[in-house]
Amino acid sequence: MRFSGTVVPLLGVAGLALGQTVALPAHPSTVILPRNLLATPNAGAVDRVDRGRYLAAAGDCLSCHLRQGGEPFAGGLAVNTPFGVIYSANITPDPTTGIGGWTGDQFYHAMHDGKGAHGENLYPAFPYTSFRHVSREDDDAIFEFLKSVPPVNYTPPKNDLHFPFNIRTFLGAWNLLYLDSHGFQADPNQSPQWNRGAYLVNGLGHCGSCHTPKNSMGADKSAQALHGSKVDDWATPDLTSNTRVGVGQWSADDIAEFLATGRNAHSAAGGPMADVITNSTSFMNDGDRQAIAVYLKSQPASPDSPPVAPDAGTMRRGAEIYSDACSSCHLSDGAGQSRIFPPLGKDAMLQQSDPSGVEHLILAGTQIGVSAARPSALTMPSFAWKLTDQEIADVSTYIRNSWGNQASAVPAADVGALRKKLGLQTVRLTENSGDQP
Amino acid sequence: MPTTLNAVDAVLVGFGWTGAIMGQQLCDAGLNVVALERGPWRDTSTDFATGFAQDELRYMWRHHLFQNVSDDTLTIRNNVNEEALPMRHLGSFLLGTGVGSGGVHWNGQIWRFLPTDFQTRSHNERRYGKKAVSDYNMTVQDWGTTYDELEPFYDQFDKLCGTTGKAGNLRGRIQPGGNPFEGPRANEYPNPPMIQTYAPTLFGKAAAELGRHPFPHPTGNMSRAYTNPLGAQMGACTYCGFCEKFGCGNYSKASPQTTVLPYLLQKSNFTLKTECEVLRIELTADKKRATGVTYVTSAGEEFFQPAEMVILSAYVLQNVRLLLLSGIGKPYDPKTGEGVVGKNYAYQTMSSVNVFFDDKIINPFIGAGALATVIDDFNGDNFDHGGLGFIGGAYIAGMVTGGRPIEMIYTPQGTPAWGVEWKHAAAKNYLRSFSLSVHGSCMSARGNYLDLDPTYRDIHGRPMLRMTFDFTQNDHKMSDYLTDRAAEVAKAMNPREIKLNRRTGSWSVTPYQTTHNTGGAIMGDNPRNSVVNKYLQVWDVPNVFSMGSGAFPQNAGYNPTGTVAALAYMSADAIKTQYLKTPGPLVRT
Repeated sequence: MRFSGTVVPLLGVAGLALGQTVALPAHPSTVILPRNLLATPNAGAVDRVDRGRYLAAAGDCLSCHLRQGGEPFAGGLAVNTPFGVIYSANITPDPTTGIGGWTGDQFYHAMHDGKGAHGENLYPAFPYTSFRHVSREDDDAIFEFLKSVPPVNYTPPKNDLHFPFNIRTFLGAWNLLYLDSHGFQADPNQSPQWNRGAYLVNGLGHCGSCHTPKNSMGADKSAQALHGSKVDDWATPDLTSNTRVGVGQWSADDIAEFLATGRNAHSAAGGPMADVITNSTSFMNDGDRQAIAVYLKSQPASPDSPPVAPDAGTMRRGAEIYSDACSSCHLSDGAGQSRIFPPLGKDAMLQQSDPSGVEHLILAGTQIGVSAARPSALTMPSFAWKLTDQEIADVSTYIRNSWGNQASAVPAADVGALRKKLGLQTVRLTENSGDQP
Repeated sequence: MPTTLNAVDAVLVGFGWTGAIMGQQLCDAGLNVVALERGPWRDTSTDFATGFAQDELRYMWRHHLFQNVSDDTLTIRNNVNEEALPMRHLGSFLLGTGVGSGGVHWNGQIWRFLPTDFQTRSHNERRYGKKAVSDYNMTVQDWGTTYDELEPFYDQFDKLCGTTGKAGNLRGRIQPGGNPFEGPRANEYPNPPMIQTYAPTLFGKAAAELGRHPFPHPTGNMSRAYTNPLGAQMGACTYCGFCEKFGCGNYSKASPQTTVLPYLLQKSNFTLKTECEVLRIELTADKKRATGVTYVTSAGEEFFQPAEMVILSAYVLQNVRLLLLSGIGKPYDPKTGEGVVGKNYAYQTMSSVNVFFDDKIINPFIGAGALATVIDDFNGDNFDHGGLGFIGGAYIAGMVTGGRPIEMIYTPQGTPAWGVEWKHAAAKNYLRSFSLSVHGSCMSARGNYLDLDPTYRDIHGRPMLRMTFDFTQNDHKMSDYLTDRAAEVAKAMNPREIKLNRRTGSWSVTPYQTTHNTGGAIMGDNPRNSVVNKYLQVWDVPNVFSMGSGAFPQNAGYNPTGTVAALAYMSADAIKTQYLKTPGPLVRT
């Protein structure tokens, strides 16, 4: 994604006649790639804008405040919630449509209290419940950085929410119930590294926004923090030490490597997590990624109950489909190719009790998140055109119960419902295709 | 009136291998680069995903990834006395288009030319006399560069692609298991050879028994997972047998998509525009400098892209045509032998030997683009040509690129081409046969050249390119001699029978041979005998660089991509270290 920003005056070429030659480069690019705004231009520099740039990356601002084909931080991305659609705001320094006219206090109130420029309540799709734990100093640095990005005059579409969520004052009561009374409090019994991890996971990095189950009001079920949830029809894995559905099988280094490159010996980051790698964690330093890993490794395992084994017929059908459609990359023994095509055994995402992750993957495909060190967006193609709902259900069940995996069987109706919701095509079967359902 | 765009430092005309290499090199040097590709965007998961990549009808026979010759083609004749006619169906060679172009649907055969291949004229003249290089109206030349000069750049391409293989000559020391005839390598291959399946193993054994020196073919098909110096990743090949003419759904074949684009697309000083066809290079009034290129989009809009440098990185036939259409350099005239643009067009002299067994199951469907055991004993000047009446040679490969059901069913001599007898022969032999490929050189000759067709025009009204080409007696003699050498190895495998497919008669555009067209914008040591200097810089217009196999003064007995890439890297190196500071001629004569 790219767009042409303001035209930078061409250095040293004005007035040159045709035929004359100049030392090159002579025509600097005016293209701005969103991720390039997050890369620190001069390593080692630590002025407030640089600090803010780092923190804005750690807070993954870009993944939400960038719509498909849009300008960085100009917003307009549709965020689907159970209560309707919310569009992300323009947080470029444009004075009329962005936050160019804001003060540092106003920005802090937005981050800390969920209040807009005029004191109105913001929707918690903007994760101020997590950002409440971010320090004032960090908020100020992020604000400095956002003021330095190219301003874009763009007004995102209006939100489309159901009653009573479309009444902003209703959120006053919501905040009383669900907004923490205080900011981040370090645990003196834990190491500074663990506390840094807690600050990033529960504060700036707002991992719980996607990974903590929500109640009927859309608020975190705080007793089940990081037990896995669902976002944009993708099951989000449990991040506790649970060895089946969580990251209990991973070492701290495995977690840090996953955050750095979107790939490790066990898995790869697809779906919405790919954006998190691309726009956020790949820009973090090793110290912060290790801190996150240490904090997650300290989370007690969520309760687990092994599911009922699927029937042999489903497993047999699933194995055949796997052999035809999946084994060329993931190999016949599910071992994959580490860091390229993810191994499938003992995989948290595949074993979630909510199978939407694996269904979504097979139906729509996905790309692995990228970083400067690992730029290949290795892609699993969509199989919607090729596999029926029943076939996807069977192969999903097979994968969820092979190579050390254990998870519930996937009903074909589930796959059908997701296919419909995602607007994906159905398989065209002919009279003689031999696989009529 | 075309719309004039903002000036850039360099414009790349075409985005295949050389476009990708130059784009990466020039962007890393800080240049603002725009690449214009006439074909569409292409990516692994959308255009050749694992679920449908292996479709012979779609890709091979319906030309899904190739140039549509109803939009643009060229005219063909064997000699100046014939009237050239447009090629209305792809046959002898399969022209690429789209992002990655031929780099998407190649086999991944990565070769280096022999040190003596760069001195075709002087070396052979010294060893065999003047007649050896001038018989049959041959116009072979030295390249103006050497293997030693190119070695670091061959090495660079090997690392980019993760080339698999076994070195035969490491810094002058001959290594067991590799090609003992190759030029010295600074480094071992980045990846080990592919697993040699049954057919290549049989070939290697038989060749060794005859005293030849078999070794595994170097490949851009991955023998294991690989991360290249740009961070781009490839997976291990699954030996699915769909490489040439197909894209790889498994990220297992080196291509611009798998090796360069992931890195390049993260750069804000790189822009790739697809469906933009360059019509001509624009020059200053004195024709000494290019000002940029004029292109037309698939929607019919025309643009002028001003640029400090123009890099012709399209296929050889398009590069030569653009030089001719833009009035760059003096066109070659076969009557007088004067002029250089279009001169020394050459090709590849291919033949093969099929072997049929009763007692051996080959399973040819387990294949890969460059899955082969090879002998190089009769390539280039690796053997004494005294009294043979030709120069040049070929590698002979016991090769299993696949067992694709339409293209690759071999039947014995005398089998009808269709009907019940063919069916019986096909069923009997499919699993029990394979082919030895004889990949021969092609020496340039006075009557073989490229120019603009006086009659036929393309959809934009521009004259088509005209190809005048036939094999010389040198090539026929070489090919016959080499086919016999291949037959010796075939017989040594003790098959039921063999079938020789010799290269006979005039070149025909109809049967598929290979897409290794060369020459027409040849390199050399002075502007009187060549279009470009050794840095691929056009002598007459020094801010134009012409990439690709057009620079080959004649073609060696190898696949060209390795040398094409090495030349591009050497050009980029000269541009970065010399040209950027003081743009101008890099070689003075």
